[in-house]
Amino acid sequence: MTATEGRTLRLIVLALVAGGLVLPILAGLWETARAAFGVLPAIGATDWSLEPWHRLFALPGFGTSLTLTLWTGFASTALALALAVGFAAAMYDRFGVKGGARLLTPFLATPHAALAIGLAFLIAPSGWIARLISPWATGWALPPDVATVNDPMGLALILGLLVKEVPFFLLVILAALSQLPVRRHLSAGRALGYGRGVVWIKVILPQLYPLIRLPVYVVLSFALSVVDIAIILGPSNPPVLSVAVTRWFLAADTSLILPASAAALLQSAVVIGGIALWRGAERLCAVLGRIWTRRGGRGVSAEPGLMAAGGAVVVLMGLGALALVSLLIWSLAWRWSFPNALPESWSLKAWMRPGSGWDAALENTLIIGIATTTVSVALAIAWLEGEDRARLPRAGWAEALIYLPLLVPQIAFLYGLQVVFLRAGISGGMIAVIWAQALFVFPYVMIALSDPWRALDPRLLRAAAALGAGPVRRLLAVKLPILLRPIMTAAAIGFAVSVAQYLPTLFMGSGRIATLTTEAVTLSSGSDRRVTGVYAVLQAALPFVAYLTALALPAFLHRHRAGLRGGAV
Amino acid sequence: MRLPLLAALATGIALPALAESWDDTVAAAKGQTVYWNAWGGDERTNDFIAWASDELEAEYGVTIQQVKLTDTAEAVTRVIAEKAAGQTMGGSVDMIWINGANFLSMKEQGLLHGPFLHDLPNAKYLDLSDGSAAVVDFTIPTEGYESPWRLAKFVLTHDSARVAEPPKSMAALLDWSKANPGRVTHPAVSNFMGATFLKQALSELTPDAGVLQGEATDEAFAEATAPLWAWYDDLRPTLWREGTTFPENESVLQQMLNDGEVDFAMAFDPAAAAAAVERGLLPETVRSYAPEGGSIGNISFVAIPYNAAHKEGAMVVANFLLDPATQARAQDITVLGSYSVLDPAKLDDEAGAAFAALPSSPALPTNEALGRTLNEPHPSWMTRIAEEWARRYTE
Repeated sequence: MTATEGRTLRLIVLALVAGGLVLPILAGLWETARAAFGVLPAIGATDWSLEPWHRLFALPGFGTSLTLTLWTGFASTALALALAVGFAAAMYDRFGVKGGARLLTPFLATPHAALAIGLAFLIAPSGWIARLISPWATGWALPPDVATVNDPMGLALILGLLVKEVPFFLLVILAALSQLPVRRHLSAGRALGYGRGVVWIKVILPQLYPLIRLPVYVVLSFALSVVDIAIILGPSNPPVLSVAVTRWFLAADTSLILPASAAALLQSAVVIGGIALWRGAERLCAVLGRIWTRRGGRGVSAEPGLMAAGGAVVVLMGLGALALVSLLIWSLAWRWSFPNALPESWSLKAWMRPGSGWDAALENTLIIGIATTTVSVALAIAWLEGEDRARLPRAGWAEALIYLPLLVPQIAFLYGLQVVFLRAGISGGMIAVIWAQALFVFPYVMIALSDPWRALDPRLLRAAAALGAGPVRRLLAVKLPILLRPIMTAAAIGFAVSVAQYLPTLFMGSGRIATLTTEAVTLSSGSDRRVTGVYAVLQAALPFVAYLTALALPAFLHRHRAGLRGGAV
Repeated sequence: MRLPLLAALATGIALPALAESWDDTVAAAKGQTVYWNAWGGDERTNDFIAWASDELEAEYGVTIQQVKLTDTAEAVTRVIAEKAAGQTMGGSVDMIWINGANFLSMKEQGLLHGPFLHDLPNAKYLDLSDGSAAVVDFTIPTEGYESPWRLAKFVLTHDSARVAEPPKSMAALLDWSKANPGRVTHPAVSNFMGATFLKQALSELTPDAGVLQGEATDEAFAEATAPLWAWYDDLRPTLWREGTTFPENESVLQQMLNDGEVDFAMAFDPAAAAAAVERGLLPETVRSYAPEGGSIGNISFVAIPYNAAHKEGAMVVANFLLDPATQARAQDITVLGSYSVLDPAKLDDEAGAAFAALPSSPALPTNEALGRTLNEPHPSWMTRIAEEWARRYTE
């Protein structure tokens, strides 16, 4: 294992990540910024000016959009975090990390759009819940005129974000808790007379939070800039900022691209400012928390709060599950009108209809997903192997580099990136879409693969080296087979992320590359829930299949190797 | 019923004066693939275009490749980009399904091939007199630069099981909505259908509808739209969700009618409701009707860009679309359900019989129920109404 060899690999990987991931984002941001200040030669705008900003501020509903974005973003993130911590505290011991993770997988695998579409139908005034309890309990022969979806306050949007974010937080928290001596803290705390809930808040949370800080920022950034969920569940007149920006970018009036670019830039400012604000709030909580902790209150009263959080999470999961089931039912329905609890007639027409195009969309989704995942997993393995060979821990800047695509709002650089790709002559095709999606798939693959990779028992490698295996052979013959399960899991996560991508596909494919997600979001604004159901079911099923493969393949390959079964993860 | 007509056409039903040049066109068109840029949001339309391609291939050796657009402006932008790049021949757009503002901008910039309408043998089935709907597009005379292919007309749809006597005018709709708050809404005004709803109201409420045929100046706009805003100020608080939010488009509104969230949907296609019943998307008790004073209507056209690579093929397609057999099939409720653009008075017995033999649907309005067609206002009115509405009612 020579130092130069490790360095060459590291340099190649770094160059790939910098050139393939970071540079496009920066170039995209740069093009967006130019357009935001009046320079977009393609539509004849060549002079630097503040005009786009004046136009943006004068667009009807701009102020409300901004306020809505801040409100829904912060409220959903804070609430999701509180609920997840509460649930983890209430349920810890009751199920193990593995069982919990298995339970959460369906929610993580389901793309946002599918979940949001199902949820929209579930909670609408004419939705499934209302149908289940009408008219016998409510007396409604017709649905009531109450705003349970697309409400002006964005409450339905917050609910949708919660259903998606809480499982993510739970998974991150479960992983982080495995690094903390939770049980000892709990027994020590209880011995000193602290209630279980108070031990969680005063002792465990302060240690847990630093471990999950980055994921919290990722969620905050996501909640402040989400587009697909906001289109389906959010207010419409005016919508949240990210949706407004998308609409302006795609409007028939091309001159709107300039104020849209300004708004996209503002969107990144909102995210950066939001994270800074959150960080300030963290400090404040730390100071207040310390004062509170020093007062030494034993307070057993935190327990009901934890139970309430636990209950709320169970309700959220139930809503998410019902949302998915309702889509499946719709895809098999012919007519299902209010207030019937189930369709009055069934049909397979939505699935059978030739030329409804789901086959083409499915094919595109598969090709893009497999290509993107393969590239991302290969790059992630190369990165981790480079770290191994250099025997260096990951630097802070490298961690930030990986997270960059998740922290910068997509809308802020995607339009600029499209301009860059157009100039390079690779716009509107599969390659452009695959590349753009890899920007978002790679970080998730890295996050999923890093910990298991590092947890590999170093004695195995030393033994292999002592037997004369070089670095390449150690990688191929020892590491990859042992790590097959986590690699497959990371690939499945990457595939799920790829399937869920909406904006990168829409922008880079110039609207011409239809995937299950772009079709499902488009169809959600159409009138046929049965066809939407087909797309959403397929969209949710693909990642499931990927996860199943990730579980089945290693089990099959290792069926004769007892030591590799169930051990390595 | 279709084949005899086509055969008759092929054996020279066309006017002798045209025959020679038209034969040349047909000969040149053989083997061409026509890239028809058409809005791709409606599956039945896409299927219809695919059917047309099969028919044309068998008859003329011409095939259609539909370029599915989400917005017609995309095709216009592409032609402009090609012009900017100096590509004056062999362009990628052969034919566009076009209307209104897009037609105006292409015609003004000299981006259209033509005039070609009078070269089409089947143009003889059209009412080509001055001011007829077949030769005027949103008040702009088409001057032969585009060829009609389907009729669009504003209609309201209601469920007769819930609303027996629907309001027959916009003023009556306001009274109805006051009596039944929360049961009426319209698509967002940024959407074409939402803006059309306001144009329909404007045409009914404005004191002098003739003003709408000219360009909307500041003064004319303020005066003509004052009654519209007064009416809307009264209507808005009675709308679904008190007019704070609106369905995104007519499809969502149709779904809301199906769910029972509202009592009215609207469409720019008299057969839309009947087609939806056919597909199980609306209950069988829905009915469509036009406001009694007449409703806004227009004809959709196809145009050929000046730099199209396959002009002859495109003309053959345009001619095929005007064939009475094609129009009858398009009007078939089980196929497309879009009304014919041909002048019934000019059809021979055989063609007339083809229309009479079409299957009917109770959700399909009769010609009497459709009433007269009001002219589209000049395109500038629509833009201004949408802007003014956003300014007034977006908080």
